Amino acid sequence: MIHQYDAVIVGAGIAGLTAALKASETCRVAVVSKIYASRSHSGAAQGGMAAALGNEEEDHWEWHMFDTVKGSDYLADQDMAEILAREAPECVIELEHLGVPFSRNGQGKIDQRRFGGHTRNFGEAPVKRSCYASDRTGRVIMDALYDHCMVRGVKIFNEVFARQLLVTNGKCCGVGGYVLATGEPIVFQAKAVLLATGGCGKIFKTASTAFAATGDCGQLALDAGVPLEDMEFVQFHPTGIYGLGILVSEAARAEGGILRNGKGERFMERYAPTLKDLAPRDIISRAILTEIREGRGVNGKDYVLLDLTHLGKEQLEQKLSEVTGFVKTYLGIEADKTPIPVAPTCHYMMGGIPTDAQGRVLADGQAKVFAGLYAAGECACVSVHGANRLGTNSLVDLVVFGRRAGADIAKYVAENQLPPLPENPEDLFASEIKSFLESSGKETTAFIREDMQRTMSQMCNVFRDEADLTKALGKIRDLKTNNRSLGISYKGLAFNYELEDAFELGNMLKAAETIVFSALQRKESRGAHYRSDYPNRDDTRWLKHTLVFQTSNGLEVQYKSVVVTRFEPKARTY
Amino acid sequence: MLVKLKVFRFDPERDKAPRYDSFYVEAKPTDRILDLLNKIRWEQDGSLAYRMSCAHGICGSDGMTINGVSELACQKLVRDYEESKEVLVEPLSVFTVVKDLVVDMEPFFEQEKAVHPPGKIALLQPVSNRENLQSIEERALFDDDIKCIMCACCVSACPISQKEDPAYVGPAAIVRAHRYIFDSRIKDSMERLTIMDKPHGAWSCKSYFKCTQVCPKEIQVTKHVLEVKRRILNELRQKT
Repeated sequence: MIHQYDAVIVGAGIAGLTAALKASETCRVAVVSKIYASRSHSGAAQGGMAAALGNEEEDHWEWHMFDTVKGSDYLADQDMAEILAREAPECVIELEHLGVPFSRNGQGKIDQRRFGGHTRNFGEAPVKRSCYASDRTGRVIMDALYDHCMVRGVKIFNEVFARQLLVTNGKCCGVGGYVLATGEPIVFQAKAVLLATGGCGKIFKTASTAFAATGDCGQLALDAGVPLEDMEFVQFHPTGIYGLGILVSEAARAEGGILRNGKGERFMERYAPTLKDLAPRDIISRAILTEIREGRGVNGKDYVLLDLTHLGKEQLEQKLSEVTGFVKTYLGIEADKTPIPVAPTCHYMMGGIPTDAQGRVLADGQAKVFAGLYAAGECACVSVHGANRLGTNSLVDLVVFGRRAGADIAKYVAENQLPPLPENPEDLFASEIKSFLESSGKETTAFIREDMQRTMSQMCNVFRDEADLTKALGKIRDLKTNNRSLGISYKGLAFNYELEDAFELGNMLKAAETIVFSALQRKESRGAHYRSDYPNRDDTRWLKHTLVFQTSNGLEVQYKSVVVTRFEPKARTY
Repeated sequence: MLVKLKVFRFDPERDKAPRYDSFYVEAKPTDRILDLLNKIRWEQDGSLAYRMSCAHGICGSDGMTINGVSELACQKLVRDYEESKEVLVEPLSVFTVVKDLVVDMEPFFEQEKAVHPPGKIALLQPVSNRENLQSIEERALFDDDIKCIMCACCVSACPISQKEDPAYVGPAAIVRAHRYIFDSRIKDSMERLTIMDKPHGAWSCKSYFKCTQVCPKEIQVTKHVLEVKRRILNELRQKT
């Protein structure tokens, strides 16, 4: 089946829906999602959305911009970080006007709380900048956008898996894939396509992200010849529930929670004397693992404790009810009585598909716009997060750049004709499914996936070095080879999740390879990328973005310079 | 420990009628029922179909009937069923089964959509380029509603939706309507109350409290349905 729209958006999280709502002011928009739209992982965002509203205390966008740049370990492009910080307040207000139920302060304004790495006056002390709705901020933003998209008439195609971008004469002309319910091919012809499928946390064994986070759009971009930028920068959130990786929001520390090692010490005082437990995530994750390595884990195990017991039941219920619910359900712990065992968990990809400020994909990663192709959100790299993202800066990124992409799509659609599709585009997807189902291979998805996750978690984690990364790259490449001999035991077409698992695994292996490959090249430590064999930041050689291309000879790397405007790189201490 | 799962199966391409398959899975008491289903699909039977994504009770994908109760498979642990000889896993009731544990959710999302007056969600005209003001107390009136993740467990458990009035809009849609009706910033609450006042609307509810009992987010669903009914009486019918 071939559908025609002005614009098609792949992914129904906050970036996708923000763009859809904006573009649908003047365009016919379809949103394609491999899960039901309201299940998208933006809904799991807990802590808040940063914006210098100044509702609680003095704040300025320049301070927010500085914190973002310093948090990124100076790898963010500062012109983009400026856009992020400048436009954040109006984006929060716009969301409020859409009905997003932000928590309120005593004056009836949007309440704000502290968050990691967000400071007053260029690093003096924590500042209240995070706008939030209890600890379900992502959920309520996504719900509001979803409701507005519904009444606006945005067409949502649930449970459609996008497999390939369609390109004619260098212009994007649509996207195709298959319908999960029937296994039938489906093609969307459109003037503009936005990629917004989020991250790929599931390449790691322990991750806070959903099973759906398999890096699908990265694969779409690589296959269309677009490079991926800064993929070595993977955020490990310091406080995943031990063993499960489920997120305990940074809001827990923003509200006063304290990290303690096995000796009961508040160890963050030693690593970040000013911000302590509200230091950026890369620093806290390294601190936790250092405590564990040096024998100060809890009961000789590989976790530390997040102590919320002094906050009181009422505050926990009002500000952190999701978190206390998770802990109760999965650990049987009452957070007001017992500290929570936590360890770092894979949380976010700073890198992704390179775009400009309008969300336009850069075909060469540098300056050449890929006509008709856009990207926004976690799968994109604009780059505002550089080497390490600050908490609450993700929701801002989604809305600021999702909105910009939506506006530019509307403009592009008005100025351009519908490009023709390649011949018989549906055959592409039908044959892909057929060859998978007819394969006589003996390898199983579960086995290869587990091997990949173990490899990534053991050799490409918070601490990295040449030997581990070299081994990991070899291993991932072996797994890619094995993956060609994948067998699918179930041959049916209706809701064949075994088939979907296989497609997702292919996408994850590609993402894993780009991450390890990029990490191996970067011989310095910056933000979330820490090389034990190169423990210092090296601005002379490495103040630059990595671009990885998929070529017929395998992956190839190029670099591009970082845009520095207001803030010269300095030592990063908190 | 070895856990026995008895799972509802139906493959539209192969089966004329549903059946039940038994699986034995090695598990820890703290494993989620979802983890067990994953082990079955990944290691024993690749054809098993069920929806899931976040695996921690926030996306709402994996609503199903476990030992007769509507639950999220990712929120129930093996130790919750220590007393049972086997864990019986079936699709949500009320909805049409498409395959195994996958049901047709379209009618559910259509009901959610139907709580909005056609055209737009109308807010008070903001007085400035700043936020609308709302007191902590006003905001608290719908704080419970926004916990909803649209998993449809409440609808599946509701005796009205199951039997008495299959056209009933259902508890989840009323919670969604309540979220807007009780939001001090929204100016179209009369239109929403009118929608809720229609046949198969809020009045179909007979307060069985099943929705409240099963809600994985512990929303006081029945209470909010009653609040909508009271508001219809006090505001809508008073004025008309």
